[in-house]
Amino acid sequence: MTSDVADAVDAATISPAADPGFLQRHGGSIEYILIPGAALIAALGVFGIFVALFGKSPLDLYFYMYQGAFGTWFSWQNTLTRAAPLILTALCTALPAQLGMVIIGGEGALLIGALTATGTALVMQSAPPLAVQFAMVCAGMVGGGLWIMLAGGLRQYRGVNETISSLLLVYIALAILNHLVEGLMRDPASLNKPSTREIGAANMIGSIPGTDVHWGLVFGVVAAIASYILIYHTVFGFAARVAGGNVRAAKIVGLSVGKLILTICFLAGASAGLAGMVEVAAVQGRTNANLAAGYGFTGILVAFLARQNPLAIIPVAILLGGISASGGLLQRRLGLPDASVQVLQGIIFVAVLASDALYGRIGFLKGKY
Amino acid sequence: MDFGKISRRHLLQGSAALTLGTAFGVRSAAAADTTIGFIYVGSRDDYGYNQAHAQGAAALKKMPGLKIVEEEKVPETDAVEKTIESMINLDGASLLFPTSFGYYNPHMIKMANKFPKLRFEHCGGLWSDKDPKNAGSYFGYIDEAQYISGIVAGYSTKTGKLGFVAAKPIPQVLRNINAFTLGAKLANPKATTQVIFTGDWSMPVKEAEATNSLIDQGVDVLTCHVDGPKTMVENAARRGAMVCGYHVNQSPLAPKAYLTGAEWNWEALYPKFVKMIAAGEAIPNFYRGGLKEEIVKCSPYGEAVSAEARKHADDIKAKLTAGDYVIFKGPIMDNKGKTVIAAGTERGQKDPELEKMDYLVEGVIGATS
Repeated sequence: MTSDVADAVDAATISPAADPGFLQRHGGSIEYILIPGAALIAALGVFGIFVALFGKSPLDLYFYMYQGAFGTWFSWQNTLTRAAPLILTALCTALPAQLGMVIIGGEGALLIGALTATGTALVMQSAPPLAVQFAMVCAGMVGGGLWIMLAGGLRQYRGVNETISSLLLVYIALAILNHLVEGLMRDPASLNKPSTREIGAANMIGSIPGTDVHWGLVFGVVAAIASYILIYHTVFGFAARVAGGNVRAAKIVGLSVGKLILTICFLAGASAGLAGMVEVAAVQGRTNANLAAGYGFTGILVAFLARQNPLAIIPVAILLGGISASGGLLQRRLGLPDASVQVLQGIIFVAVLASDALYGRIGFLKGKY
Repeated sequence: MDFGKISRRHLLQGSAALTLGTAFGVRSAAAADTTIGFIYVGSRDDYGYNQAHAQGAAALKKMPGLKIVEEEKVPETDAVEKTIESMINLDGASLLFPTSFGYYNPHMIKMANKFPKLRFEHCGGLWSDKDPKNAGSYFGYIDEAQYISGIVAGYSTKTGKLGFVAAKPIPQVLRNINAFTLGAKLANPKATTQVIFTGDWSMPVKEAEATNSLIDQGVDVLTCHVDGPKTMVENAARRGAMVCGYHVNQSPLAPKAYLTGAEWNWEALYPKFVKMIAAGEAIPNFYRGGLKEEIVKCSPYGEAVSAEARKHADDIKAKLTAGDYVIFKGPIMDNKGKTVIAAGTERGQKDPELEKMDYLVEGVIGATS
């Protein structure tokens, strides 16, 4: 990962030598690669110092991080598997951000989506697998969508802060999940780990052919591209960005802000709900407390690191997937505690957010108008 | 850092350093006869469930020809599948101990099918004929040790009120609560056990609240079944109550208040497994045992334990170790007045009915739902 970023930085800085006007014309776009890249390298540097303080070699650290995340085909699959749910849950934060809303309740939508998808599969046991899978996708998206729409509705009609309400809805979702899994939907045979019945091996969606990576990655990439097109290349997306920029101006020009909020919140929740459906249909095969693995919360981090850009979410999710994939190797080879990965995530988060202040301030990238 | 001053040369130097780092950092996994992987769901120094397994792993580290790799805080999702594969692919592990209950199905089963030549040993699962032959599940009848704790607690309480901080009303936990209460009633027929369920395995705040609430109601001896007993032990000792430990010996946390405790004896079992494999013996796929088989043990008595209590507890312990004592022997009534084990019925430890326990015996104050 480190060398990739370094290459990108090299490319960005070497090529202008041949074309003196290059920087002036493309300085703005280069900034979007250079600044987060530099922030990332700075964060890795700080983490290296942190690790050196524990008496471990930073060079070993970088090597194992690279090996664990991207060094082998297995490592790549490990990274992509971990990235898959993060793309979808990050969209749950990034889409409402276009409207200026801070939604941090993707975890709740994921859990509700998993529950509705499981419930649907369980009542459709006799249907053909493709129909069950399609119904699960729809149910997961509708369940998750309505959940976040609830937070959007509270904001629009009752003036409730959507950040707080979406966060609190996570705990309600978890309580509903535990209640159903330990009561109404419990498989009586699941003695020491209360779970729903299994959706059945035939209804599982499996892996992308030739890999171990489940289809959630494809769903995520498609959803991210669709969101990008929706936000930047449609009238609806333009309206959303106008409303995000200035609600009053949007109302004056006649935009229905309420409808925008509810629709965007539904789409946001639907993508997290889809992540929940994938966790059931590709990984767990049923619903139980294991689903609350924190993907919804890591998704918030991904969305902010991607500066709420749906396309940038894909590489950022892969980066964080890689960090978490390499975390195991750091524990095993360097004897670092698991918390060190969280320290690295924290340093990257702070470095990237702090680097926001640099946009438009780097001398040699400034256009001369 | 002033990014405005970064020159091309600095960036080139930086990327060169990173490339060199990769080249120098190359390390191959040290060759060892057998590599064994341990996976924990929580932190390996939690004074609880995970530490008990880590102590077992530590016992293996002392044996020649073995290399132990460990990874902590691995969630019960596809992350554990990737950790297992990573230990196999990158570390060459040939024997794996995924130690958390939720790792078993579908995750460990999937990996055991994928790597049929490697051996997988799971703690707590219920291996059945449908599961792969290279997978196994082992567990201990720790309720025997809880029974001994109950006897000691029954002698030590002045109020006759005992307290139990429990995670979830599932069979394993109910069995411990019931065994503890039955033991206490041997010493003091009027003793009661008040139980509080916190709802999950690791809920330190709720565990502290439950501990305080129990002590406020007059409870003066407490025990627990949660992943990390540290919270209960420290809080109870601070309030002047006495405690019986769980999972590992917690006497260093509360030397004066610690009476005894129900401990896992993985440091005896794991070396035994490894020796069996080395000798070419098959480990039974379904492996269970208690004090007799040295899978569980009791902590040494604390100074507050009376001579009378020691004598009675040692007597029962000797019978359990000899294998001629039955804890769940009728007549046993539940705390709603219903007979759950009829007079004349003896439910020995291997009785499958006990794995389905869904009641609290007479003398327990609390409800399973």
